[in-house]
Amino acid sequence: MAKIMLDVKDLSTKYITRFREDVYAVDRVSFQVEEGKSLGIAGESGCGKSTLALSLMGYYFAPLHYMSGSIKIEDREITSMTPDDVRKNILGTEIAYIPQAAMNALNPTQKIIRFIEDVIQAHDPSKTRKDIRDMARQRFEVLNLPADVLDKHAVELSGGMKQRTVIAISTILSPKVLIADEPSSALDVTSQKMVIKMIFDLMHDGFIRSMIFITHELPLLYNVTDDIAVMYAGQFVETGSAEQTVFDPIHPYSRGLMHSIIVPEAGTRDQKLEAIPGTPPNLKNPPDGCRFAERCKFASPQCCASDIAFSTIGGGRGYRCIYSEDRLKEVYAHA
Amino acid sequence: MLEQVLTNSIAQGGLCLSGKGVTKIFGMGARRTVAVDHVDFEFRKSEVISIVGESGSGKTTLVKMLLGLTSVTEGDIYFMGQKRDISSRKKKHDYWRGIQAIFQDPFSSYNIFHKIDAVLLDCINMRGGKGLPKKKKVEMMAEACSFVNLKYEELTNKYPFELSGGQMQRLMIARIFLLQPSILLADEPTSMIDACSRATILDMLLNLRKDIGMTIIFVTHDIGLAYYVSDTVYIMERGKIVEFGGADDVILRPKADYTQRLIQDVPKIHEPWDFTNRKARTAVFV
Repeated sequence: MAKIMLDVKDLSTKYITRFREDVYAVDRVSFQVEEGKSLGIAGESGCGKSTLALSLMGYYFAPLHYMSGSIKIEDREITSMTPDDVRKNILGTEIAYIPQAAMNALNPTQKIIRFIEDVIQAHDPSKTRKDIRDMARQRFEVLNLPADVLDKHAVELSGGMKQRTVIAISTILSPKVLIADEPSSALDVTSQKMVIKMIFDLMHDGFIRSMIFITHELPLLYNVTDDIAVMYAGQFVETGSAEQTVFDPIHPYSRGLMHSIIVPEAGTRDQKLEAIPGTPPNLKNPPDGCRFAERCKFASPQCCASDIAFSTIGGGRGYRCIYSEDRLKEVYAHA
Repeated sequence: MLEQVLTNSIAQGGLCLSGKGVTKIFGMGARRTVAVDHVDFEFRKSEVISIVGESGSGKTTLVKMLLGLTSVTEGDIYFMGQKRDISSRKKKHDYWRGIQAIFQDPFSSYNIFHKIDAVLLDCINMRGGKGLPKKKKVEMMAEACSFVNLKYEELTNKYPFELSGGQMQRLMIARIFLLQPSILLADEPTSMIDACSRATILDMLLNLRKDIGMTIIFVTHDIGLAYYVSDTVYIMERGKIVEFGGADDVILRPKADYTQRLIQDVPKIHEPWDFTNRKARTAVFV
């Protein structure tokens, strides 16, 4: 059995708004990521994907607050650490995070090499500028990025190049876990492919040892990650391998999501796109029982009665529904 | 059946928008940039067309020229068989009665000081319904809202920023429903919206085509979407149209190198995606 790099158990976090209202954005999320593997997180806007990514870093600042649960990176618990401790010892070296608009993160007045010096010296002040430059040059070479980028300013680079540069900078300390939050959604397909290729290179060369990839674009997720977790209203509703979740979804929500996939392949024009009616629940006071019940075609009164547990069915698969897997299959066959 | 009828009517239907040698040049001298380079196109009535290209290929510049928001450096645009004339403000307004647009970012498409009622009332007035009794106007607005699955009672007296992105985009379609233009330009209408709501928005747009025979021009970089919705696909590269034709021909059997490369770069689920065929996933499920 491979080593478990990231082990999350029952993690719950919330936002506190300026009106002192609680928004329960991540609710009892559990998963494990093994060494060399990647987990994809799918879900519609506002379901808590990005909040989960922020929560996983263990670095909480208002309005995001930690509630309960544990996050272990290679058996090291990080939820009990102080924010300062997390910033010095976890971020960058253990976990690296690429936010959605990563390419806007570069200060236009600085050369790229300055950011790298910043990152490395924050963790190891003894490194000289020459050491850092050599190290950066070497890493850029491995990742097929031209080394002259180091002496350029952000404005001189194209969108895709900026994104790849940011990824190279944030993984320069070889973190154990990379959290990529929509790293390619602002790019066109060609640049997107180069970004993904670079992430694969990082993984292949051992610069990152596991990855969490967040996007709402399912075909991309399917091609990039080993496992996929489907998130709805702050909870995981289904987990499984990429093939299983895309081609054989169990939960009615994941099934709805997979029906909205559009790819340029023969036969897709004849398919009817199915939209899921309604809108996700307000997470200020999430409904009792199944959170998807309101929009579910197959819901029964029991669905809303009590909390639905997440049932695992072996092989890394699990789902959160009142019905059994067989019962759901039967229902789908008749639908 | 309906598709058959539509295909026939497209074939017989006249041109509603066409262009010959349409060119846009920005700047001059050393900074001269040819954004759109001698582009020819013919859009027929009730046809769904997609213009596909990467960022910087000149898609949006072409849209702006079609809408009359920016001048055409060279070439002619023909609207309903006649050379387009937007030389005066009044002529421009007349032109806009026939051609309308939905933009990428619903959050910046509305005047933030106008309530939603005003947005919809504007459309009724624009179509010459200014003198109608108020009751009739409210009825029309309610009908438009229900067409896009919104409730008029919930929207009245609200400002656009009180709605979600998906709701705003649907309200945009309600506007189109009221205006009933003969051509709709949709510039990346679903790129800011997640995959679930995308299906709803696309369905509504295609219903408009069915109901009132509107020509819809999608401008997008999402090739999957272009393939799914359109009859005809135009592929743009650096201001030039490199390939056009029926969706099946262009997407499934691309001829131009650029199109082939573009389609190769799109992640797919049944066919392996280039360097990720490390897993031969498809073998199990096909």
